[in-house]
Amino acid sequence: MNTNSNTNHFTKQPGLYTQLRGVILYSLMISATTFSNIANAGMMDEPVVTKVAMNKFEITNANHNPKVWALNAWVMKDIQRLVLKSKGESVDGETSSENMLLYGHGIAPYWDIQLGLGYDTHENDTHNWGVIGLSGMAPYFFETNAYALVDSDGTLGLRLATEYDTLFTQRLILSSELEANAYSDDIPELQLGSGLSSIALGLRLRYEIKREFAPYIGVEFHKTYGQTADYHKEDFESALVAGLRFWF
Amino acid sequence: MNTQNLSIRSNDSQPNSLTRRTFIKGAVMSSTMAGVGFNPTQLLASTPGGIQNQSHVQNTKVLSGTEFHLDIGTSIVNFTGTPQLATTINNMLPSPTLIWREGDEVTLHVTNHLDEMTSIHWHGIILPFEMDGVPGLTFDGIKPGETFTYKFKVQQHGSYWYHSHSGFQEQNGMYGSIVILPKQKDPYHYQHDHVIQLSDWTDEDPHDVVKNLKRMPDYYNYQQRTLGDFFSEVQENGFMTAFNNRKMWNEMSMMDRDLSDVTGATYTYLMNGANPSTHWRGVFKPGEKVRLRFINSSAMTFFDIHIPGLKMTVIASDGNLVQPVEVDQLRIGVAETYDVLVEPQHEQAYAVFAQALDRSGYAIGSLTTDANLIADTPELDPLPILGHSDMAMDMSKMDHSMPGMHHDMHDMKVMPSMEHSQHQEMNHDTPDMSAMDHSQHQEMNHDTPDMSAMDHSQHQEMNQNTPDMSAMDHSQHQSMNHAMEHDTPALKQRLQPNANLEVADWPVEQAKIKWGPHTNMRAEDAQYRLSDPGVGLRNNGRKVLTYADLRNLYPTNLEPKPDREIVLNLTGNMERYMWSIDGVPYSKAEPMHFKFGERIRITFINNTMMNHPMHLHGMWSDLETGDLNYLPRKHTIVVQPGARISYRVTVDAKGVWAYHCHMLYHMAGMFRKVIVA
Ligand SMILES: [Cu+2]
Repeated sequence: MNTNSNTNHFTKQPGLYTQLRGVILYSLMISATTFSNIANAGMMDEPVVTKVAMNKFEITNANHNPKVWALNAWVMKDIQRLVLKSKGESVDGETSSENMLLYGHGIAPYWDIQLGLGYDTHENDTHNWGVIGLSGMAPYFFETNAYALVDSDGTLGLRLATEYDTLFTQRLILSSELEANAYSDDIPELQLGSGLSSIALGLRLRYEIKREFAPYIGVEFHKTYGQTADYHKEDFESALVAGLRFWF
Repeated sequence: MNTQNLSIRSNDSQPNSLTRRTFIKGAVMSSTMAGVGFNPTQLLASTPGGIQNQSHVQNTKVLSGTEFHLDIGTSIVNFTGTPQLATTINNMLPSPTLIWREGDEVTLHVTNHLDEMTSIHWHGIILPFEMDGVPGLTFDGIKPGETFTYKFKVQQHGSYWYHSHSGFQEQNGMYGSIVILPKQKDPYHYQHDHVIQLSDWTDEDPHDVVKNLKRMPDYYNYQQRTLGDFFSEVQENGFMTAFNNRKMWNEMSMMDRDLSDVTGATYTYLMNGANPSTHWRGVFKPGEKVRLRFINSSAMTFFDIHIPGLKMTVIASDGNLVQPVEVDQLRIGVAETYDVLVEPQHEQAYAVFAQALDRSGYAIGSLTTDANLIADTPELDPLPILGHSDMAMDMSKMDHSMPGMHHDMHDMKVMPSMEHSQHQEMNHDTPDMSAMDHSQHQEMNHDTPDMSAMDHSQHQEMNQNTPDMSAMDHSQHQSMNHAMEHDTPALKQRLQPNANLEVADWPVEQAKIKWGPHTNMRAEDAQYRLSDPGVGLRNNGRKVLTYADLRNLYPTNLEPKPDREIVLNLTGNMERYMWSIDGVPYSKAEPMHFKFGERIRITFINNTMMNHPMHLHGMWSDLETGDLNYLPRKHTIVVQPGARISYRVTVDAKGVWAYHCHMLYHMAGMFRKVIVA
């Protein structure tokens, strides 16, 4: 792959970011209205706060230079939160993604329980899930998300992710992220096999020009197991990544 | 005497015109420095519509008499290099300095030229509740275009201030000082009298500040631990010690450098409306006495004030005269006031240096013999690191190798001394603990009458109403050392055994605390820490004012015993950025009921890592600092992180009153309505 075709990939997909942004803002708008309505108005009340965080928005040097994103958007009032999560990759115009729309409620100082729906896409196939999860900060400042998924066939899924920030300086920060996924049965249309399907480790060194805006470079290691590995040409991949982390 | 009060000037600095203010040099640690060096007219031209039609802020003027006209509007200010709109009164920032006279009836016509509601609250002033100016509580607020007339009799004297009680207008510049001249002759003589009003300014919309904190609690903290800090600690103390130092904080998901929610990353700190570049100045002649009236009008900033080369004699706190105490440094909480006397002897400029508690910036001015001569900027003190006492943690929490070590004394007694030295290593904040005699602790807790003088100072603070004290509390050791190091006469007085403090023999009321997602810390071992100057000021080689030094100038022995005691817990979750009292935010809380005529004792326990300056409107808070005969009267009482504090209130004002933390961004939750009937 040369740089030219890289650029082409981006131009072939002009709608991706725009579409995504539209969906997010629309859902946030609806939920913000809902939250304001249920709130007894008054200056002393907890404000409705939104955050749209694109934690990953990157290009990698893996085969065909996939574009990768990871989004976490929420609207929050007090300890209630409506969360939209989306992550995935786009290679040669084919996208696969994992999306969740969740209602979160604080159950402990650092933890929210989250309930909702999951919607995975893989090429032309889609898959629906019911989701329950925990999201929060584990001791030692590990940002942690753990989701249990179930589909209409009774297939179970487990998706775990934890992230830790190491500060080299106040602005130069290494984020280390570990992800693991497992499923009770094969899900061929998503190219997922039963058992432990994959483990990924990402190391991303970002520079926070502002808190809200940080370019980064990093490495990503991805290992697939069992049946899942059979779906893939290689069961171990590593790639360099470069991207932007931003929120508003 | 005649001249002294006339010289009150709220701002003696050079004209702070836009031209001067735009060229700010690096002194301001602001993130918005991009505009430095730009042509000011260009800057103005490029700002969004509306701002051009505004007038520029003027120097603060002094208004005196019995009738005042205050016009609330907006003015252009420029503290960072970028012109901004501030909310101002009579086009000034700070608002006009009001001079009242004790015994006068004052009338204040306040006109709202904003397009939103406004209000003025007279902070610390004793008045009928309808004049207190808390919208939605004591009156409806002042609508756009309306004039509200405040009228009340002035029943006190000293240094006070006033500010908006609506939204975030206070953060945006709407505050001024009040100097009330005494009816009786002032006991002190001085040739100059300066208000020194400290504040924090941000170019950001304060609503965005709150949202930033909710999106990312450490948004403004650029002093967090880095990997390098950890490595140097490893190098110094070895890996295990370094790791253990971090361990408890990590386990609790808290940071020992979490000192201030909002910092110099967004704030420019002002002294009488002057930023560090424009630099406030007050002129004196060598040998003259100068009275400085420090007023902290910040939204969120505690300041540590010192004047290198000068001793400050503290003569009043929150407007009320106290027995003079000579100090090198004092910490002023948000909304507190302190009056000090200084006597500069040399022909030079002395820096009046007010560092933000977290050392992320400072406000500065000069006392100088020549208005063109300003003092060099002193170095900032080292970054304070929170200790375990600031979290009210019992030491046993820190080290799991000591099972069964709880709060009670019996376990403590058998604890080998070796483990004490281990603790010492483990806490940054702990001074030399080897100076401590462990046997003393047993005595302290058993209320023995024959304690050494030193024990008594601790005893007074500790034994009163503290059933589950841990002898391991650091702050007590610190105060002990502190007392030993600086055995000034004032401190000696405090060290006298005091039979005056009675044992609690009144009913104690405590609401059930709602622990849960709203609260992320629980003070298991909250101590009275009156003689603790607070994080960053302990054992710094200076004599630092503490609450234990405050004794009312006149005896207060006629004050009756409390009829009852109310225990209130300050609670919050810094990670979710929400604040509450007893785990319940204001929006979900029932009003508190005080009976007219009763005397109550209020005890606060701070279950958070932040200081909370608690402000009860309409009534004095008589702070228990050790001697019931000399309770200093305050309007704002700082409850240190993880600490406990008690004060007494004579409920002598009927009506509805606000009772809240004066940190502007804590206020929404840490607030109660008090009904006195
Ligand atoms: Cu507070």
